[in-house]
Amino acid sequence: MSQENQQKYDKVFIRNFNVEPDQLTDLAYQTTPSWDSVGHMALVAELEDAFEIMLEMDDIIDLSSYEEGKRILGKYNIEF
Amino acid sequence: MNAVDTLLNAPPYGWNQKKKEAFYTRELSSLTERHRRACPAYAALLKTLGWNPEKVHGIADIPFFPVRLFKDFELRSIGQSDVFKTMTSSGTTGQQVSRIYLDRETALYQTKVLAKICSGFLGTKRLPMLILDSRTATRDRTLFSARGAGSLGFSMMGRRPVYALDENMQLDLAGIESYLRECSDTDIFLFGFTSIIWEHFYKKLKEANIRLPLERGILVHGGGWKKLQRESVSNEQFKASLSEVCGLKKIFNYYGMVEQTGSIFMECEAGNLHTSLFSDLIIRRAEDFAEASIGKRGLVQLVSLLPASYPGHSILTEDEGEIVGIDNCPCGRLGKAFKIHGRIQNAEIRGCSDTYNR
Repeated sequence: MSQENQQKYDKVFIRNFNVEPDQLTDLAYQTTPSWDSVGHMALVAELEDAFEIMLEMDDIIDLSSYEEGKRILGKYNIEF
Repeated sequence: MNAVDTLLNAPPYGWNQKKKEAFYTRELSSLTERHRRACPAYAALLKTLGWNPEKVHGIADIPFFPVRLFKDFELRSIGQSDVFKTMTSSGTTGQQVSRIYLDRETALYQTKVLAKICSGFLGTKRLPMLILDSRTATRDRTLFSARGAGSLGFSMMGRRPVYALDENMQLDLAGIESYLRECSDTDIFLFGFTSIIWEHFYKKLKEANIRLPLERGILVHGGGWKKLQRESVSNEQFKASLSEVCGLKKIFNYYGMVEQTGSIFMECEAGNLHTSLFSDLIIRRAEDFAEASIGKRGLVQLVSLLPASYPGHSILTEDEGEIVGIDNCPCGRLGKAFKIHGRIQNAEIRGCSDTYNR
């Protein structure tokens, strides 16, 4: 289950930001041109679709990096 | 904890003016000092104004300067390498634009504060969102106009935002109707700029004699009334007209400007604009800049605790307004309730988000 979530999570980031898998761990808001405020809302929509959740407003604001996103999804019972 | 964090933990309209006055006098003084040290142009300005921190006894004693200085000077209190985003006001050709320099932290607080203020009107659950604008307003992703920044900033509060206008500013009726069918059992958050809603949404629906089922819509709109004033459309008429073509009942105007993004002033159910915990407003007499009394018209000065990366915490606008009450609005929100009466005469023509030229 957790591996499946990990793959799903990675896929969303790779597709949405057009990055390579080895760039993921360092990925953060505004560190790559595609992760700007437009890309951010697209990321939110894709994560919500992939995991069938609805993020709270505060979590959208706090979703500032690839790693932080995993912690936030944990609040929605998604384990990695 | 910094001042804004303290306020984020309090109800956004829950402090009376007396409590706020003391807090703001202290915090605005320290912001003034911070910008004085970090921004040489601002320091020079304070010197010219003869600013003396010991003479500050209330918010009205905080120094202020005309907002247009952001057009003439590069005013920032951070190094070039810390500039994370630059926002501009009206991009109309031939006019100079304001440039507002944001660092990461200031931009983050703007978003948090906007969300906090709006949650009192929209609830904390993210509603399906219909943006009454075109996607093109956000096309340039590094340099945001007030309009693009507005749509994006507010889209954080909705979910699955859909644009009601296509690339050519034409109503995408099929798209809107299919979206409304999908969301027929929930409230819908609508956002847009006043003049664009009027021109490209209301007028088109009216002309085509189409009625959209938006009875469960909550509309938040802002950006200035300049274009509508030319057609003599008042806020009341705007509400009644929209209600006629789409059944909208909850319509909230907001007042704010790019120089103080985030800490906007929302209109309440009683039709008054309100100061939240994150900003305040002072009305000044045009003849001598003294504070005007309640019910008297004057120039609008805005103060906000958010501008940390640029000295925009206390600015004199070119708008005319009046305070209608303090801590006593029938809607129950504490703080100042006020009205805006448009631009003062002879001010340079400028609408914050009125940037769309036909």
